[in-house]
Amino acid sequence: MHEEIVVAGFGGQGVIMAGKLLCLAAMKEGKHVSHIPSYGAEMRGGTANCSVVISDDPIGSPVVPHPTIVVAMNGPSMRKFEPRLKKGGLLLYNSSLIDFKPERDDIEVIAVKANDIAEDEGSKMAANMAAIGRLQAAKPDLVSLDNIIDALKIAVSKRNQKHNEVNIKVLKKANSSTT
Amino acid sequence: MSDQILMKGNEAVGEAAIIAGCRHYFAYPITPQNEIPAYMAKRLPEVGGTFLQAESELAAINMVFGASAAGARAMTSSSSPGISLKQEGISYIAGAELPCVIVDMMRGGPGLGNIAGSQSDYFQATRGGGNGDYRVLVIAPASVQELADMTVKAFDLADHYSIPVMILGDGFLGQMSEPFTLPEPSGKTFDKPWALTGAKGRKPNIIASMRLTPEDLLEKHNLELQKTYQEIEANEVMYESYLLDDAEYVIVAYGTSARISRSAIGELRKEGIKVGLFRPLTLWPYPYKELKAVSDRAKKVLTVEMSLGQMVEDVRLAVQNDSKVDFYGRTGGMLPVSEEIIRKVRSYGG
Repeated sequence: MHEEIVVAGFGGQGVIMAGKLLCLAAMKEGKHVSHIPSYGAEMRGGTANCSVVISDDPIGSPVVPHPTIVVAMNGPSMRKFEPRLKKGGLLLYNSSLIDFKPERDDIEVIAVKANDIAEDEGSKMAANMAAIGRLQAAKPDLVSLDNIIDALKIAVSKRNQKHNEVNIKVLKKANSSTT
Repeated sequence: MSDQILMKGNEAVGEAAIIAGCRHYFAYPITPQNEIPAYMAKRLPEVGGTFLQAESELAAINMVFGASAAGARAMTSSSSPGISLKQEGISYIAGAELPCVIVDMMRGGPGLGNIAGSQSDYFQATRGGGNGDYRVLVIAPASVQELADMTVKAFDLADHYSIPVMILGDGFLGQMSEPFTLPEPSGKTFDKPWALTGAKGRKPNIIASMRLTPEDLLEKHNLELQKTYQEIEANEVMYESYLLDDAEYVIVAYGTSARISRSAIGELRKEGIKVGLFRPLTLWPYPYKELKAVSDRAKKVLTVEMSLGQMVEDVRLAVQNDSKVDFYGRTGGMLPVSEEIIRKVRSYGG
């Protein structure tokens, strides 16, 4: 197992945290992981992304020029990262906010209404959890749902631990949903 | 793996310095190493230490000079252009024979360059940007674990030889998070009878980097320094060999470049190509002898760097056969591409 993942969206959607969550969960399974945020001249409200590598083998570069999985939380992110996806890779996109379709026909595509699922379960802030929950269902070898839920205890700051009940509901709902 | 934690390389350096007993840290912010001052600002007060954001890089390195002269374990950190500004202080600290740890998370240059990781300050680190016949012990880790372990070791080396030790990383290493285990304190202690601790009951200590009489003072002092450097060259060379026993082709790389080279070697080995990695962990002292022995058995030696050719000069000095030495580098914040390394090594087979 070796996946190179880009999680992208706008600042505040929790894409960096979603990447950390995957890493912390995969660590529990003894996998090699790396996480690196994009750190250009970023600003509030701009786009943000992180590169995550999860592998059975030691990781070379933490930077991911051609991901095998892209999680796109908003339109600009899908435009930016769909072309970089490896042939046969997975594009999981947030169809609550992205109202256009991916262009490529040589990749696997999953649309998830991340904001809608999150809002239905209690907080639209947890759209990142919906994306991760759906991703886990599509790529069960990556990391188990139980370990993702367990990793929330470390990934989420003390201040935000109170939101974990909703986070878990959203993760589970998106995990068992196909829309 | 349960005791492993996930931290950025920069934060791991900060925690490791605290584990090593560093209680005095002075710095001026610069990306991509800002997590070090941020971490130290939060953690040092919790352990009774001093975090001080200086008014400039120059001030920060001279605060390190002062703290070290008083016998404290002191550290500063910066990135390439900031390290340029510290060179005067580093030369003074070397001249005064004081220990300290300097962290450089290199970014693209020259000038202000950019904020992405780079390795284009190899010359500056290993040849010294400051004046004089001095050396800085330079350690180049390649993972978050190694950043942490080597930071602890750096303080011991600095105290043992009373010289500045540099941890030379890059923006990618500093920014990336990886699982690692917190290092243990080494438990070593060092007497510092020369420290400026107040002269009550003893003769005053004097620490200076100026010795005005050439014949009996400055040359003699330099010869003493060289003795220390020779001792370091004899005892402190560190490197890692990976799949070199049967290697016909040797890749030489350090830090992030070494990680990428290692991935490329994995692919090449699947094709049956006998290639391995020689990774210097100390850039000064450089493992010349060890690389020479490895290269004598090899047909080709490829140096991979995030620069347009700096460490390759040391590789040539080691190999002593320029026709064997090849180079591949990317710079300005770009990373070497694994496929390009693979293509190069394949081409050596004809």
